[in-house]
Amino acid sequence: MNHDKPLDPIEALKARSRLLRGSLAEGLADPVTASISEDDNKLLKFHGSYQQDDRDLRDERRRQKLEPAWQFMVRARLPGGVVTPAQWLAFDRLAREYANGTLRLTTRQTFQLHGVIKWRLKATIAAINAALADTLAACGDVNRNVVASANPVPTRAHEEVYAWAARLSEHLLPKTRAYHELWLDGEQVGGGEAESEPLYGATYLPRKFKIGIAVPPTNDVDVFAQDLGFVAILEGGRLAGFDVATGGGMGATQGDPSTYPRLGSVLGFVPPGRLLQVAEAVIALQRDRGDRSDRRHARLKYTIDRMGLAAFKAELEQRLGFALEPARPYAFAHNGDRYGWLESHDGRWHLTLQVEAGRLADTPGRSLLSGLRAIAQVHEGDFRLTCNQNLIVANVAPEQRAAIDALVAAHGLDGYRRHSGIRRHALACVALPTCGLAMAEAERYLPALLDKAEALLARHGLREAPILLRVSGCPNGCSRPYLGEIALVGRAPGRYDLRLGADFSGQRLNVPYRQNVDEAAILAELDALFARYAAEREDGEGFGDFLLRQDIVPAARGRTAETLEA
Amino acid sequence: MPNAFQPPLPEEKASQLARLAEGLDAPALQWISGYLAGLAAQLGGEPARPQAAAPAPAAEPRNRLTVLYGSQTGNAKRLAETLARRAEAAGLPVRLLRADAYPQRELKDERLLYLVISTQGDGDPPDDARGLVEFLASRRAPRLGALKYAVLGLGDSSYPQFCAVARRLDERLAELGGKPLFGRGEADLDLDSVARPWLEQALGQAREALARTGGATLATVTPLRAARPAWSREHPFAAEVLANQRITGRGSERHVRHLELSLEGSGLNYQPGDALGVWPRQAPALVEAVLAAFGLDGDTPVERDGERLPLATWLGERRELTRLTRPFLAAHAERSGAAELHAALAPEGRDRLARLLADWQLLDLARAHPAAWDAEALVAALRPLTPRLYSIASSPKAVGEEAHLTVADIDYRRDGEPRWGTASRYLVEREEGEAVPVFVEANERFRLPADPGRDIVMIGPGTGVAPFRAFVQERAAIGAGGRNWLLFGNPHFRTDFLYQLEWQQALKQGTLHRLDLAFSRDQAGKVYVQQRLRERGRELYDWLQQGAHLYVCGDAARMAPDVHAALRYVAAEHGGLDGAAAENWLGQLIQQGRYVRDVY
Repeated sequence: MNHDKPLDPIEALKARSRLLRGSLAEGLADPVTASISEDDNKLLKFHGSYQQDDRDLRDERRRQKLEPAWQFMVRARLPGGVVTPAQWLAFDRLAREYANGTLRLTTRQTFQLHGVIKWRLKATIAAINAALADTLAACGDVNRNVVASANPVPTRAHEEVYAWAARLSEHLLPKTRAYHELWLDGEQVGGGEAESEPLYGATYLPRKFKIGIAVPPTNDVDVFAQDLGFVAILEGGRLAGFDVATGGGMGATQGDPSTYPRLGSVLGFVPPGRLLQVAEAVIALQRDRGDRSDRRHARLKYTIDRMGLAAFKAELEQRLGFALEPARPYAFAHNGDRYGWLESHDGRWHLTLQVEAGRLADTPGRSLLSGLRAIAQVHEGDFRLTCNQNLIVANVAPEQRAAIDALVAAHGLDGYRRHSGIRRHALACVALPTCGLAMAEAERYLPALLDKAEALLARHGLREAPILLRVSGCPNGCSRPYLGEIALVGRAPGRYDLRLGADFSGQRLNVPYRQNVDEAAILAELDALFARYAAEREDGEGFGDFLLRQDIVPAARGRTAETLEA
Repeated sequence: MPNAFQPPLPEEKASQLARLAEGLDAPALQWISGYLAGLAAQLGGEPARPQAAAPAPAAEPRNRLTVLYGSQTGNAKRLAETLARRAEAAGLPVRLLRADAYPQRELKDERLLYLVISTQGDGDPPDDARGLVEFLASRRAPRLGALKYAVLGLGDSSYPQFCAVARRLDERLAELGGKPLFGRGEADLDLDSVARPWLEQALGQAREALARTGGATLATVTPLRAARPAWSREHPFAAEVLANQRITGRGSERHVRHLELSLEGSGLNYQPGDALGVWPRQAPALVEAVLAAFGLDGDTPVERDGERLPLATWLGERRELTRLTRPFLAAHAERSGAAELHAALAPEGRDRLARLLADWQLLDLARAHPAAWDAEALVAALRPLTPRLYSIASSPKAVGEEAHLTVADIDYRRDGEPRWGTASRYLVEREEGEAVPVFVEANERFRLPADPGRDIVMIGPGTGVAPFRAFVQERAAIGAGGRNWLLFGNPHFRTDFLYQLEWQQALKQGTLHRLDLAFSRDQAGKVYVQQRLRERGRELYDWLQQGAHLYVCGDAARMAPDVHAALRYVAAEHGGLDGAAAENWLGQLIQQGRYVRDVY
C-alpha cells in the first residue's frame, strides 16, 4: 500500500461512522426530502441498501421543481440463494406493497427490491428480517452474500457445500449493532465498549469482497470472478476439501488501463475444517494490505498483483501458520444452468426455470411474479436462486411435479422449453432507469437485442447454439460481462464496447473487439461472425473458442485462470 | 381601544397614525415616539399635552361622506373606491377607509356613512371588518341619532347566509338610531346588476344630503390613492408568457402549473401579497358546445352596453359560462318549466340549490333542462365575465419585471365530457410567447411585517403556497432578520410538493427556517396542516407571543376554519386561554394585522 497518498475520504467516513451509524437515523427521519445524504448513502450500503433515482424522470422532475424521484434498492443476504416458500411469499408481498411490483434475481443469488421509498425502507428491512432473512452486508466494503453452486443438488456434497456457504456468510458478518438499532428497534448501543468489529475493524475493508463456491463440473458461480473462490473437490462422491482461488474480479474503469478484469489465481487446497480460517486470513490480509487511497485499485486483485502472487501466498501462509496443500485437479464443463427437471440422490426433483435478466414481474401475457407466488403457496420444498439470474423450484416430491408444471405453464414461466440457445444463456444487469452508474441500457434492452440476434442466428442455422451473451450498462461488471462469449459493455446511450472470445465455462476472459459502436455496427459484426461460425466450426466447438482458434480474437496473456505451481 | 384620549390631530392624521402604529412592537413604537419628539424639539414646540378635544378638523363630520369597506377578495374594496372616486370627482368631501382602519370612536359623530361589505362562507365578515362588526354588535356601540347611512352587501346567493353581514349591520345601524337613506343592496356574483344602480343612488343621495348641510363645496380631505398606473382592471396589460410549466409530478391527480409572465415595460409594480388579475377567455370548444346546447348561432349579432358583437364573442370574451348564478337559474327554470329547478329554488330546496350551483356549469344545465333562449336574452341574463385574481408567487426583488403565478387547473369530467375552470384552463393553455391581459390588484391586508426583524408563520397548503414563495423571496432579497416558518400540505409528497427544490434550497441557505409538511394521502389516516399546527403548538404559541405575524392562504371552505380552530386549540393548550379568551386573543392578532388571511 502506498502510504504517501492520502486516504480516500470514505475511510474517514467509515472511521467516524460509529460502526456504520453515521447520521442515518436523522436522514431517514427528514421529511423534506426522500433522499439521504451522500455520506449516509455510503454507509447504508453496508446495511444492504442504497439510494437511486428514476433516471427516466430526472430531467422532467427538475423542470417541475421537484427533487429527483429518489428511491432505494434493497438487497437481501441469502447465502447460497436458498429461499423457503414462506420467505418467497414475504419477498413477493414486499415487492408488490413496498417496491415497484417486481422482484429482481441477481447474479449473486439474491433478491433485489427496487423503488422502495424512504418512508418504507425501515418497514421493508424489518419485514425481511421477520421472514428470517436479512440485508446486512449485502453491499458495502465487506464480505458480500456468499454464493454457491445452485445447480440442482444431485449429491450429498452439494448440500455440504451449501452449508459451508451459509457458515462462511454468518462467520464473516459485521458485528456492529447499528443494523439492529436502525431497522429492528434494537436498543441503542452507541458504538461503546460492548461493541467491536474484531475481524474488520472500524474502517472495514478497502472495497467490496466476494466469495463463491463452485462444484465441478458446473461453474455457475463463475468462481474465478470472485475475490475468493473455492472449488469443491469431490473424491468418491464425498467432499474432500476446496481448491482456493484468489484475486478474481470483474470491475474496470473506462479509459483507465491500470484497472482490469482479472480471473482468480488458484493457490492450493484446504480441507473443509480449515475453510473459515483461510477465508478469515485472506480477508485480514486484504484489510491490512489493500489500497485505501484509491478505490479503483482497492480490490484484492490489485493487492495480489502489487505484491506478486508468490509473496501474497507466502504472507497468507504465514498468517495461517500452515502451508496450503497443492491444488487438486478439477474440470469445469460450463458456467450455465441446466434447465428443466432433474432428480437428485434422495429421489427428489428440481425444476430449473429461466428468468430473463432475473426480472420477475407481471406483464401482459406473462404473470411471472403471480405464477411464482402461486407455486410458493403449494410448494413444500424450497427455491434456489442461481448466479445466472435463474430460479430452481427445488426438492419437489415426484407426485407434485405435475401440479408445479401446470402452474409453470399457466403463468408463462416455461420459456426455458422454447427459448433459443442464446436467450437461454443471456445475462443483463439492471442499468437504466434505476442504476446510477449505467451509461447505457442493459436489462430493458436485452429483449430487443435478443430478438435481433436470434434472427441473425436463425439465418445461419444457429438457433439452438448455446452462446453466452452478457450485457452490462457500464464497465463495473454486475452481469460479469468479461466472461461472456459475446459481451456488450455500455459506453453511452445506444453505444457499447463489443467484447468477444471468453469460453463457455468462466475460465477465460474476453477482449475488446469493437469500441463504442451502435447496434447496427454490433449486429453487422455478429452477422459476419455467425456466418463463419456456422460454416467453419468444429464439432461441439463453442463460439468463443472458435473465435480464438480462427485468430479472430487474440489469446492475450493472463486472460485465463492460472494455478500457482507449488 | 388603545387611545384613552383624543389626540391633537386632524382625524385623517390620527387614522394615518393608527395605521402606522398597527402591528409594531414596543421598541419600534418607542423609537417613533423619540423620533417625533426630536422633530417637535426642532420646531421649538412644547412637549405634547393631552387635550380634551380635537381642534376643528378641515371638514367637520356633518359635512362629509365616509365610505367604509370590508373586503376579502377585493371586490368590496373596488366598489368602495369607485364610489369614493366618483364622489370626489363630483366635488363631495369624502373619506375612504378600510373597516379596520376606521377610528371607531368617530362613529357617534358620523352624519353620512356608506358601508360596502362582503359576507364570507357561513355568514362571517371579511377579516378586515371583524373588529367593526364586533364593535357595532357590542354594548359599547354608540347611539347614532344623527347618522344617515346605506349599506351595500356582497355575497354569493348559493350560500344560505347570503349577504348576512350586510343585513345584520344594516339592521343594527337602524337599531342604534341611524336612518337608512335608501334600501340595502345585496349584490350576487354578478356584482354590477345590483352594485351599479346602488352606487348611482348613493351618489345622488350623498349630493343631496351634503348640499343640505352645506358641505358640498369643501375641499377633499382624503387623498384617495396615488397616481393611477397606466394599466388597470379596465385597461389590462398584455403580459407575455415566459414559462408555463407543470409542477406536479407524473401520476398526480393535481394539475398545478407555474406561470411566469413578463411585466417588462408596463410600469406595473406589485408587492408580495398582491394579486394579479387575469382576464380569461372561454375555451372555444366550450363556446361551441354552449351554442349547440342552446341551439343558437354564434354569428348572431347582439347589442348591449353600447357594443354590437357576435353572440360567440359575447360568450367567449364577455360572459361567464362556468359559474351559474341563482338569478340565471331562476330565469332558466321559468323558461324550461323544469320541476327539479323550481324545487331547488324553493326555500326548502336550499341544499339542492347549493349542490346544483356547486356542481353544474351552464352546459350541464342546458343539457339537463332544455329551454328556449334567444341570443339577446341569453347575453342579458348571463353574468358578465369577471377577471380572476391569483396571488402572485414572486417578489420583484427576486424576479425583476416578472410576475409568477401558481395555477391549479380545474379539470374534471362530467358524463365523459371535459369540464374546466375558465381562467385556469385559459392560463394553462397559454404557450410561451402568447399574451395574457393582466392587472395588479393590491392586497393591503396581506403584507409582510414592516419590521423585517419580525418572525412570520405562513400556512399555505396547495396553491395557497403561492404568496409565500413571494414572501420568502422578498425576505431573502432584503436580508430580513426575522425567521420564516412555512407549513405546506397536499395529497402526495412525491408528486405534489410544490416548489420542493426551492424550499430545500431556501432551508439550506437559511432563508427558510422551518418547514412543516402534511401530505394527506401518504398514510392510512389523512394529515393536514392544521394537525401540524397542533403538534407544533408550543413553538407556534411562542413565536406568536414574540410578535410573529401569521398568514393563511388557500381554501376558504374547510382549511381556513380548521386552521382557526387549531389556533384556538393552541391558545388553550399553550396559553391557558379558554374559549372566549382564545377567540379574543386571535381577535387581537387580527386587529393588529398579525393574523391575516387570503382565502378563496
